[in-house]
Amino acid sequence: MFKFMKLMMQLALGFCLSVCVYAQQEVKIGVIYSLTGPGASTGAEMKNAVELAADIINNGAKNIPNLPFSRGGGLPGLKGAKIKLVFADHQSNPQVGATEAERLITQEKVVAIIGCYVSNVTATASQVAERNQIPFLNPDSSSANLTQRGFKWFFRISPHDGLFVENSFQFLKDLEKKKNIKVKQIGLLSENTLWGSETSKLENKLGPEKGYTIVKSVSYPPKSTQLTSEVQSLKAANPQLIMQASYVGDAILSMKTYKDLGFLPEMILANDAGFTDSEYTKTLGKDGDYILSREVWAIDLADRNPLIKQVNDLFYSRYNIVFNGNSARAFTGLMVMADVLNRAGSTDPNSIRKAMAETNIPGNKLIMPWKGVKFDQTGQNTLGSGIVVQIIGGKYYTVWPFDQASRDVVWPMPKWNQRQ
Amino acid sequence: MSSEILLQSLVSGILIGLIYALVAVGLTLIFGVMDIVNFAHGEFLMFGMYSAFWLFALYSLDPIYTLPLTMILLFGLGALVYQLVIRRIAEAPMLSQIFTTFGLMILFRGIAQFLWKPDFRTVSKSIVDGNISFGGIQVGTPQLVAGIGAVLITAAIYLFLTKTRTGAALEATAADKDAARLMGIDSRQMFMLAWGLGAACAGIAGALMATFFPIFPEVGANFILIAFVVVNLGGFGSVTGALCAGVLVGVIEVMGGLLVGPQFKMAIVLLLFLLVLMIRPQGLMGKAAS
Repeated sequence: MFKFMKLMMQLALGFCLSVCVYAQQEVKIGVIYSLTGPGASTGAEMKNAVELAADIINNGAKNIPNLPFSRGGGLPGLKGAKIKLVFADHQSNPQVGATEAERLITQEKVVAIIGCYVSNVTATASQVAERNQIPFLNPDSSSANLTQRGFKWFFRISPHDGLFVENSFQFLKDLEKKKNIKVKQIGLLSENTLWGSETSKLENKLGPEKGYTIVKSVSYPPKSTQLTSEVQSLKAANPQLIMQASYVGDAILSMKTYKDLGFLPEMILANDAGFTDSEYTKTLGKDGDYILSREVWAIDLADRNPLIKQVNDLFYSRYNIVFNGNSARAFTGLMVMADVLNRAGSTDPNSIRKAMAETNIPGNKLIMPWKGVKFDQTGQNTLGSGIVVQIIGGKYYTVWPFDQASRDVVWPMPKWNQRQ
Repeated sequence: MSSEILLQSLVSGILIGLIYALVAVGLTLIFGVMDIVNFAHGEFLMFGMYSAFWLFALYSLDPIYTLPLTMILLFGLGALVYQLVIRRIAEAPMLSQIFTTFGLMILFRGIAQFLWKPDFRTVSKSIVDGNISFGGIQVGTPQLVAGIGAVLITAAIYLFLTKTRTGAALEATAADKDAARLMGIDSRQMFMLAWGLGAACAGIAGALMATFFPIFPEVGANFILIAFVVVNLGGFGSVTGALCAGVLVGVIEVMGGLLVGPQFKMAIVLLLFLLVLMIRPQGLMGKAAS
């Protein structure tokens, strides 16, 4: 009898231990953003967002019952494995991005990678993942050709520039139809790395097709010490509308240059990025007001969607900053990854890839204004779409699509000397 | 293209060029006296900007009023860097010197990012806010003030070097440090002075720019490449050369950008730079190597 008891004890102990081992199991996910260098402020926000998502999945968030995995306790499909994030810093440099991806895969043994926001870094880092056959989930790069490379291991949840540019022209058409605001002459200002030059190419192609005249197309090297010649060239062409694609440092500098040279078109329609970084409004104050930006997300969407409000409240209580389009997508990136790993039920790259391809998350489980997440053969999410926001008093308001708008669009922008 | 826009660009180019010149003067001083290329020079500029920013943010003191203070702080920092680090590598092989100042650059950026986060910041309400128009062209007041300030400081440095005993001693050390030592000039003191002045120049340039340029830990990187071009173009060790070359680079950058296309603005500057070096390897005003 005593022997039997001892055996039972041992068995029980063994069972306990094995449960403990399972409970402590971790899935390592590599996250590559720019944590130092010119893109560091954007990178820091996205890192926070990804960390919040991991914390919700691992430790739960009681007040948000409708968010998947908010009960905590890791991934049920992986026996409660917790998510462990391994961060890497790409410094906005494509070479560094590639070496960091290599390091994450070969040394850290991550099962999948999320990143990298900057399109040309995403391009090189995902190439490394493709070669090593590790799934790469991109929440936030918008360069259209990233999903046109025939990659098997690359998936993107954000809409791409092609769609965004179409959205922009759709918005202009809607303006004419519904608000009787006619735009004819457009000037373009874009930075000249992958993202900016592709945007400009698409705008140059789609603009005339949709009946608009591109009067001037200016591209500039990023991290410039001055943007005088760029703004002067635009001023000389005198467009009604400037469509601009800039990262945050250049976005700030360009607005200051417009003001210093006393130039302002009727409207600036920015292509997200720098203009939706929280540094933009914080730094420029009222000088940053009234511009429009295509966006993927806006805080006033929370008025219609309680899930967005709850997650944002939690984010704010942690980091004292609200979500924006970048951090919301980074957050969504890890939530999608969790959903994929959970369904894969294994950390084998092939099963993860298969689960990724079968993803079908409905829109009401997301904090994005999308119909959901579902990938086509190229790895592009087909259910995403963009919105247009306007900055008023340092806040972003959704102004298009008109049925989701929380404010009427202010057009034209008040001239510099007419602002209080 | 109207003549107004050309004139406007010319003025903008000159103003930014004067800032380039002031940054380059500091760099050329250090190189001229010590033969050390200071890769961390852009970071002195960055510290100058942050000094102006924090004095503004914490004590509401305008960057223009706090210029002397920023100058003193940066002079101290430059001298300290010399005392703690550079002194020890003064006689070291060039490669060690390059890696040392390069390491300083990364260290300084790291410190700034650690202390003040990677955020972009600006001085929002300076006394020199707004813009001035004359003759149909419009110039931002901050740029105008910065340009004038840069000219004054460069002139002051020039006068100091040519008209004072200490300046002459500095020039003597630059020309031949062993001979200068034999004449009773303490070369270490001169080296420290060069580092202090060099850092102070970059710091003042930073403080002047703080009124119109965003401030962030990496901001030095935007200017350092141009500063090297200016120093080379003007001739190593030449203050007047740096001034002329700075303005030249600024004007060519803006005008070239306007006339040829903004995407080529740096390419045009560097093309000119190569041409000058092919014809005059010592730079526009440098003395030919003997």
